[in-house]
Amino acid sequence: MAYLDHAATTPMRAEAVAAMTAELNRLGNPSSLHAAGRAARRVVEEAREAVAEAVGARPGDVVFTSGGTEADNLAVKGLYWSRRAAEPARRRVLVGAAEHHAVLDAAHWLAEHEGAVVEELPVDRLGRTSPEVLAAAIERAPGEVAVVSVMWANNEIGTVQPVHELAAVARRHGVPFHTDAVQAVGRLPVDFAASGAAALSLTAHKLGGPVGIGALLLDRGIDPVPVLHGGGQERDVRSGTLPTALLAGFAAAVRLAVAERAEQARRLRALSAALLDGVRAAVPDAELNGDPEPGDAHRLPGNVHLSFPGCEGDALLMLLDAQGIACSTGSACSAGVTQASHVLLAMGADPDTARGSLRFSLGHGSTEAEVAELAAAIGPAVARARRAAAART
Amino acid sequence: MSNSPVTPTPPPARPLRVLAAMSGGVDSAVAAARAAEAGHDVVGVHLALSKNPSSYRTGARGCCTVEDSRDARRAADAIGIPFYVWDMAEEFDRDVVRDFVSEYAAGRTPNPCLRCNEKIKFAAVLDRAVALGFDAVCTGHHARLLGGVLHRSVDTAKDQSYVLAVLRPDQLARAMFPLGDVTKDEVRREAARRGLAVADKPDSHDVCFIADGDTAGFLGRRLGSAPGPVVDASGEVVGRHDGAYAYTVGQRRGLNLGGGTVDRRYVLSIEPVSNTVRVGPAEALDVDEITAERPVWSGGPAPSEPVRCQVQLRAHGEVHPCTARLDGGLLRIRLDAPARGVAAGQAAVLYDEATGTAVLGSGTISATRSARAEPASSPAM
Repeated sequence: MAYLDHAATTPMRAEAVAAMTAELNRLGNPSSLHAAGRAARRVVEEAREAVAEAVGARPGDVVFTSGGTEADNLAVKGLYWSRRAAEPARRRVLVGAAEHHAVLDAAHWLAEHEGAVVEELPVDRLGRTSPEVLAAAIERAPGEVAVVSVMWANNEIGTVQPVHELAAVARRHGVPFHTDAVQAVGRLPVDFAASGAAALSLTAHKLGGPVGIGALLLDRGIDPVPVLHGGGQERDVRSGTLPTALLAGFAAAVRLAVAERAEQARRLRALSAALLDGVRAAVPDAELNGDPEPGDAHRLPGNVHLSFPGCEGDALLMLLDAQGIACSTGSACSAGVTQASHVLLAMGADPDTARGSLRFSLGHGSTEAEVAELAAAIGPAVARARRAAAART
Repeated sequence: MSNSPVTPTPPPARPLRVLAAMSGGVDSAVAAARAAEAGHDVVGVHLALSKNPSSYRTGARGCCTVEDSRDARRAADAIGIPFYVWDMAEEFDRDVVRDFVSEYAAGRTPNPCLRCNEKIKFAAVLDRAVALGFDAVCTGHHARLLGGVLHRSVDTAKDQSYVLAVLRPDQLARAMFPLGDVTKDEVRREAARRGLAVADKPDSHDVCFIADGDTAGFLGRRLGSAPGPVVDASGEVVGRHDGAYAYTVGQRRGLNLGGGTVDRRYVLSIEPVSNTVRVGPAEALDVDEITAERPVWSGGPAPSEPVRCQVQLRAHGEVHPCTARLDGGLLRIRLDAPARGVAAGQAAVLYDEATGTAVLGSGTISATRSARAEPASSPAM
């Protein structure tokens, strides 16, 4: 067994499981006023403080959500609505071309249903959006921009964006800047206050916490229009009973992930290099996508995204899966049908190359033995997948 | 008798790596379960054939919906086999849908299920599967393979050997049809016993890529309106049509010739070049000689002499005693007694004379002749 898909989801930390399990036995709605409610509320607020401390935010900045997708939707739609309400001319939504679908599709939904004008900011061949590109885009009609969203680090190819510079450009024009940091928190140094971003998405299950809980960090004075209406539990911006146990697990995981981050990143960079060497020894023409530089400003530690010329990624994935090796084609699917990755296409890859790519992602618990398993299996798998692709034409 | 899932099955002499094509229906689910239970190493694959899959099935029509994909996945879960979706939409569009349209445009009546077996399931999918290390492709077709020879299913009402007869021996050698020895009712009971949720799912009918069942409408959208004359045997114009492609030899309904009840005329031929539909009395549909193109002989060595056998001329059609011979690249069939409503584009499938269950060979009907002087149906090309 080699689990090389930590970017999809990573195992829960034992501490997170313990914290959650303890809370599952506790009765109490954190919004209730009695003793049971107060006890649950205390867990919620401690989790809020833990998350805030881990990512350089104030506790009051933290709006808990069901995860990264909800946080992204709330940021993109909510900030568009609030900015447009304040200034009706602000209808431009600028998003990176390589964003996660939670951002891209939310933006395009606004274009289809809410009169937004969506512009995708181009990325270079490493998958990066430069501050100059953003500045030029804003300056075409600065008074009409409602919101900008560019991710901290790309989930497919691992490229780190110049978030601080991008946020500064947006701030200079008085435009709220949102960043999807779902892949970044726990893997890169993330400091919300220092980043200059107005809003930041993160999620628990990418850093050793449970699936189903995440947060949108909102700077003071940044008030998106709600997507979910109801009890207004989270700053009147997000409604829904807060899941105490999930929050306890989130808090335990984010504390550990951030505390161990630097050491973990060093370890994962070494493992990633070994993985790349192992694959290239078997498949010399495998091409690394994204930024080849390993630093914090360049590439997520633990991400190795490769194109295998002449292969179809889904055939390769199936062959590796049959040998107990889990990886990802890194692309969205509809009815289980994989589409060519919009990220690679945005970087200028041709559709065949995009379809012939796999993402290997490492995380806590990844071992040299898993990397060696892949190195041993990839050569024959690629040879087979190439024969299958040749049979198809 | 069906195998009970609780009866231990001895492992096969040689376990095969089997790709089970799973449509989301009951037949392919039980077929996959039987292959796995027989000890083979089975992987379930749902073929996504539609470029724009709709979300839900509507009744017995359509395929490749998201719901079908999910049904197939849940069946694979219940069987305990890996499951993937393969995108074959481009191949399906090119080799089945567009072929279907161009065949109609050429005045023929194609069978898209047959074409799908020939070009997709046992060609594109099989080739890819073999390249990826599989030994065989398993489907839920109701047919049997005995000693490498295709036979009818024991359930003659559900028998699908007609749409598989186009397969060459090398394709049959890698095919696996685990359902040939059971009836459809037994398949449904077995699915229920195995806990497969698709046990009661309605059978699919009609052409899977024409969701509303309106073939004429589908062809009209693809080929456009092409009004032309309907003529009788003497060449006299007796009516008009909106596109000769929408007609099939032997068709009587929907001709709108205004002849009332006395008028019992049938489509005798479709002539695409002049865009003419020729009609006439039922007797004029009688044919005695059939020529079929692209013959496949799978029931043994290709014969050099004429062979006494039975021929089936359309899906679920009756069989006719005949003498068949291979003549270069053609299959020539002489019927003992005339048959009616034989449409170019359909398959002529030959079964053995003695039992009528073993498939000897097949070809695509290209021309028919009546023993009387005048051709009942002119060559379509």
